[in-house]
Amino acid sequence: MTTATTEYNFAYLDERTKRMIRRAVLKAVAIPGYQVPFGSREMPLPYGWGTGGIQVTAAVIGPKDVLKVIDQGSDDTVNAVNIRRFFQRTTGVETTTRTVDATLIQTRHRIPEAPLAEGQVMVYQVPVPEPMQRLEPREAATRTLHALAEYGLMHVKLYEDIARYGHIATTYDYPVLVNGRYVMSPSPIPKFDNPKMHMNPALQLFGAGREKRIYAVPPYTPVESLCFDDHPFEVQRWDEPCALCGATDSFLDEIITDDRGTRMHVCSDSDHCHSRQQEQQQAPVPRPEPEQALA
Amino acid sequence: MNTPNTNSPLLRVRGIAKRYGDRVALHDASFDLWPGEVLAVVGESGSGKSTLLNAIAARDKPDAGSVEFQVRGGGLQEVFTMTEAQQRMLARTDWGFVHQNPADGLRMDVSAGANVGERLMGLGERHYSRLRATAAEWLGRVEIDPARIDDAPRTFSGGMRQRLQIARNLVTQPRLVFMDEPTSGLDVSVQARLLDLLRQLTRQMQLAAIVVTHDLAVARLLAHRMLVMQQGRVVEAGLTDQVLDDPQHAYTQLLVSSVLQP
Repeated sequence: MTTATTEYNFAYLDERTKRMIRRAVLKAVAIPGYQVPFGSREMPLPYGWGTGGIQVTAAVIGPKDVLKVIDQGSDDTVNAVNIRRFFQRTTGVETTTRTVDATLIQTRHRIPEAPLAEGQVMVYQVPVPEPMQRLEPREAATRTLHALAEYGLMHVKLYEDIARYGHIATTYDYPVLVNGRYVMSPSPIPKFDNPKMHMNPALQLFGAGREKRIYAVPPYTPVESLCFDDHPFEVQRWDEPCALCGATDSFLDEIITDDRGTRMHVCSDSDHCHSRQQEQQQAPVPRPEPEQALA
Repeated sequence: MNTPNTNSPLLRVRGIAKRYGDRVALHDASFDLWPGEVLAVVGESGSGKSTLLNAIAARDKPDAGSVEFQVRGGGLQEVFTMTEAQQRMLARTDWGFVHQNPADGLRMDVSAGANVGERLMGLGERHYSRLRATAAEWLGRVEIDPARIDDAPRTFSGGMRQRLQIARNLVTQPRLVFMDEPTSGLDVSVQARLLDLLRQLTRQMQLAAIVVTHDLAVARLLAHRMLVMQQGRVVEAGLTDQVLDDPQHAYTQLLVSSVLQP
């Protein structure tokens, strides 16, 4: 598939910019969890829509890559559709919605349910790369804290959660310790996805366009979610399975279906849900009564 | 701390000097501080008191001089040759710093409990219930109702904030506390209670302290010894009662005679 518009350089960015970003990526991979500054460019989409992720993707994508773009787990929301079309136009690479077929996955706020494999690259869109920003707004100060590995402040945040709500109420952007050294913001993925980052065989890259930072978790790197000894890290659970595919082990979105407050829970990862539904149609195994969830 | 070496001082300061451009802020200050001793530094505004305090506490590097601190199990060590990591470690374990304005020393938006627990969390305490118990105990010791453990210091009165700041500093059982005008900005009755509390705590914990103040009554109540400063120089030093009752230097005489007697 080589129908790329020729007015643009391959993947939109010029080669020097891509080289600059690749250098930052290499440094980020060499120091897992460390935020590498880079010269973020203006991209044809607003800050907050994935300008960091799109630059990282543009720097690492090759003509043979198969691209998947998700937004909150879904392949067909505005952000995902637009970024996918952007790369179709500027690179002509093949795109897919299937996690297992993709070599490069740009994501906003989710990690796919299907396990990632060696050779795959995840690119996260990051709005706020600094995990301590809320408590210590001075950038010079947080940099020193990272340099000296003084991370007491992160536990102050968790302490406040428990003091106020009785449990750690942070549900997304849950801070992690990477490779036993740097505390890192995992981008606003739900904490449900945090354990997937641990020893993941795929390369995980994080781009923050407005804040001009790139960081990375190389394959098979320990990623530990912070917690207290007597308040261990826990992921979200749901009482009901997905109303469409019956999955009990995936991250569910609550969808309100009418004005009377009827609601259903469905998988946030649309590819995971579809492929499970297809499997069930091909081999009609007894479905775990999805109507129960609708009742 | 368990076996304080009584043969050597806790802190040895020699020849500290600091200039801001042409202006000499501090000229050749030297003294020793022994474990459990409270030293008051008095003088008028601009006499170099706070400059001296910041220099000793390694918050602002002086132009000349040395500060040696007796680290736990390591004898006297020069503070300025330590790495930044070591200095910061010292600053949040064996040292405390009480600011004049509590807002500078507290996190105003996190709860009192977290404020007290922050140093412990920084040292690797990862047990919520223990942290909370320690915080409640310390709030009690500085006479703050432990029921207010989850309130932010923003909702506290000035005196409570100052006491909370003291609790936050003392929770790691430091051996040396720097205080910059700890009682100014408080009304007289609150001042008296705070002084009482400080005197009690320094005695209980065998705490050495350097208290910068322009209030001679604070020096009289808290300090064993005092330094009188004028224009960046230490003009008189000695036992508190001796200096206040029998001032030798002209400036000290002026200072003592300036105190209003109600």
